[in-house]
Amino acid sequence: MAVELTQNYFEIFGLPVDFQIDTSLLTERYRELQKTVHPDRFANASDRDRRLAVQQAAHINEALNTLKLPLKRARYLLQLNGIEFDDEKETTMDPEFLMEQMELREAVAEVRNQDDPFSSLNKLIDSIKKKQSDMIAQLQELISKQEYEAAKIQVQKLQFLEKLTLECESLEQDLADAL
Amino acid sequence: MALLQISEPGQSTKPHERRFAAGIDLGTTNSLVATVRSGQTDTLPDEQGEHLLPSVVRYLENDQDPVIGKRAMQSEADDPLNTISSVKRFMGRGVEDIKHLGGRLPYDFVQTNTSVPRIKTVAGDKSPIEVSADILQVLKERAEKTLGDELTGVVITVPAYFDDAQRQATKDAGKLAGLNVMRLLNEPTAAAVAYGLDKSAEGITAVFDLGGGTFDISILRLNKGVFEVLSTAGDTALGGNDFDYAIAHWIMSQAEIAEDASHGMIRRLLNAAREAKEALAKSDSVELNIDLEEAGAWHGHLNREKLNELIDPLIQKTLIISRRALRDAQVSIDDVQAVVMVGGSTRTLRVREKIADFFGQQPMVDIDPDKVVAIGAAIQADVLAGNKPDDELLLLDVIPLSLGLETMGGLVEKIIPRNTTIPVARAQDFTTFKDGQTGMIVHVVQGERELVSDCRSLGQFSLQGIPAMVAGAARIRVTFQVDADGLLSVTAEEETKHVEASIQIKPSYGLTDTEIEAMLKDSIAYAKDDVETRNLREQQVEADRVMDALQVALQEDGDLLTEEEVKTVEKALLALHKVRDGDEHHQIKKAIDVLNDATTEFAARRMNKSIKQALAGHQVDEFD
Repeated sequence: MAVELTQNYFEIFGLPVDFQIDTSLLTERYRELQKTVHPDRFANASDRDRRLAVQQAAHINEALNTLKLPLKRARYLLQLNGIEFDDEKETTMDPEFLMEQMELREAVAEVRNQDDPFSSLNKLIDSIKKKQSDMIAQLQELISKQEYEAAKIQVQKLQFLEKLTLECESLEQDLADAL
Repeated sequence: MALLQISEPGQSTKPHERRFAAGIDLGTTNSLVATVRSGQTDTLPDEQGEHLLPSVVRYLENDQDPVIGKRAMQSEADDPLNTISSVKRFMGRGVEDIKHLGGRLPYDFVQTNTSVPRIKTVAGDKSPIEVSADILQVLKERAEKTLGDELTGVVITVPAYFDDAQRQATKDAGKLAGLNVMRLLNEPTAAAVAYGLDKSAEGITAVFDLGGGTFDISILRLNKGVFEVLSTAGDTALGGNDFDYAIAHWIMSQAEIAEDASHGMIRRLLNAAREAKEALAKSDSVELNIDLEEAGAWHGHLNREKLNELIDPLIQKTLIISRRALRDAQVSIDDVQAVVMVGGSTRTLRVREKIADFFGQQPMVDIDPDKVVAIGAAIQADVLAGNKPDDELLLLDVIPLSLGLETMGGLVEKIIPRNTTIPVARAQDFTTFKDGQTGMIVHVVQGERELVSDCRSLGQFSLQGIPAMVAGAARIRVTFQVDADGLLSVTAEEETKHVEASIQIKPSYGLTDTEIEAMLKDSIAYAKDDVETRNLREQQVEADRVMDALQVALQEDGDLLTEEEVKTVEKALLALHKVRDGDEHHQIKKAIDVLNDATTEFAARRMNKSIKQALAGHQVDEFD
């Protein structure tokens, strides 16, 4: 209602619509905006104004959240360029990638049997992170060449790895709970 | 443009008038209250000069007032069932959860027909919320006596890892104690504020907070007065008490004390364990003398090496959790520029050793770890009360645990992942699966696991008033909003016909509004003061707030409205002004609602203007 919804997330922060983003500028402007709209600035205001501030602050947080992380930013940028994502549908991946995924999953399953499961899990997470950053570099390349369909597949692959990371983390939680 | 001026002497708060606010650390073991006075932030002592109020309440027979604090603590061993300590561990939890907290249940819990467990005492059955309210009441009186005036508002701290139910319970306790809770502040964030006072602190800071019953770690980025929490992790059932249990358990095995020892015996063992732990912070070995009642006494000794062996597994747990927090924050150990220690349990030498090892640097312990949280809360309270209009302090916190919905097969679908900056709002669309279906139930849970049964149930939201349509035609958009306190609210709208669905909330481990109202009626805080009067006063305060704010807004931004719009606003303002001094709280409420409706668009335009100003100077030609 109050937020000008016609503005896309890049425009909210006064940034160019581009995958390459000046993250320090992004956080700097984010802080300026939150200093203006955060509900703590309205602690003595009326209930209605406080509610409005909560909505505004939430919207700006959402915008930051989307732009801050490369994967979400890429997905959002592709959507702005008319690429649709249907997460319900099964996506087809190249066999090489799928094979690699299976191997990684087996490695995660093996962690429990290691002498020091925490350290081997951490090594595994680090190697997944490394892989993700390599793939994001490729993604940037694809977007700059406006190869949006190929970029979409790259985003979907990255989502696989994201999910795997989450599984590693919940495994760590399980291991910690079992202590 | 003629702007209406309604200002009568003594009615509105003058901007320069100082509002008294306090920060309260409602701790598992001890509680404190702090305020800012003439630029100095200090915790407030009682008449005996004690700053720490032991969080212990002893209930007495025959309508006598409960005894709270040190005197209550001294009677713990003699009257264990009526003397409630560590009640924070029970906040926002059900009896089943409490059984899993470790150790034996120290009190007689009665299962009631409400979702909140009650402890049986000679003064009647007490919920953890009421026990906490009794502690808050003492701190409130202490602050008001010291300041010589009523408190306009307080900031109460909670462990960062508290879930929605635990936060709500804390807020309810504040309400029950007659406090205006301006904000629930996460304890590690409060500590960071206390340390970051001079504003020169910049960069990544880790706050390691090990209290009596809870553990939190928060990773923050400090920048020019903005405290941005990047991640938080913790365990709401891990603290110094567990050290005590570990030591007590060891004594039991050494002294051959049976597992089913009496409440009084267990209490004595835990006290001996705590004393031994504290003594070992100074010496290498301590003597233990345990009174075994009929069986005589047991003598032994505990050295630091043995203590370390007993508590190392517990400390190890905190390190695993710390590693997760760093990963969630996407920073490495080398990025951390400062480590702040909070909570009485960080006095245990072994904890400091292990933390220094883990972070590769000596942690900061300059501010008394018992007081640092209350001090940070007082600074925030002072800012929120409006005493420092130009202050740059801004705290951006995160939600500690993911929020999710129950889906088919008892699985959880995450709506808001943990460590998302709050406030946050996310919408989810639902549809009906039967022709003519007009209601549905949404089950909200909090936690990281995949199965509903492994997460904390927050409540059932039952949506009513969906327009009857064929199956799958309705589109119900449910919005989950988490405010700056970390509290969840849910709204729902049918999108095709734009009908607002009504929501009834059945909290899994909290009180319903009706229960709170009933408790307020019974509570000591309102004994002399009937609910009608309180409702009237509340509405008058809100009316003043609305009118004051609107007048300022009109003066600053009246040009954002057309003449026609100004007239409508003025009419509604005048109407509210007329009923303000009446004694009908319903009428005041109605007039406030009318005025709010009349000014919603105005408020929105002002907000947009201020956003534009915040970014002024940044050229739009930066766009492609």
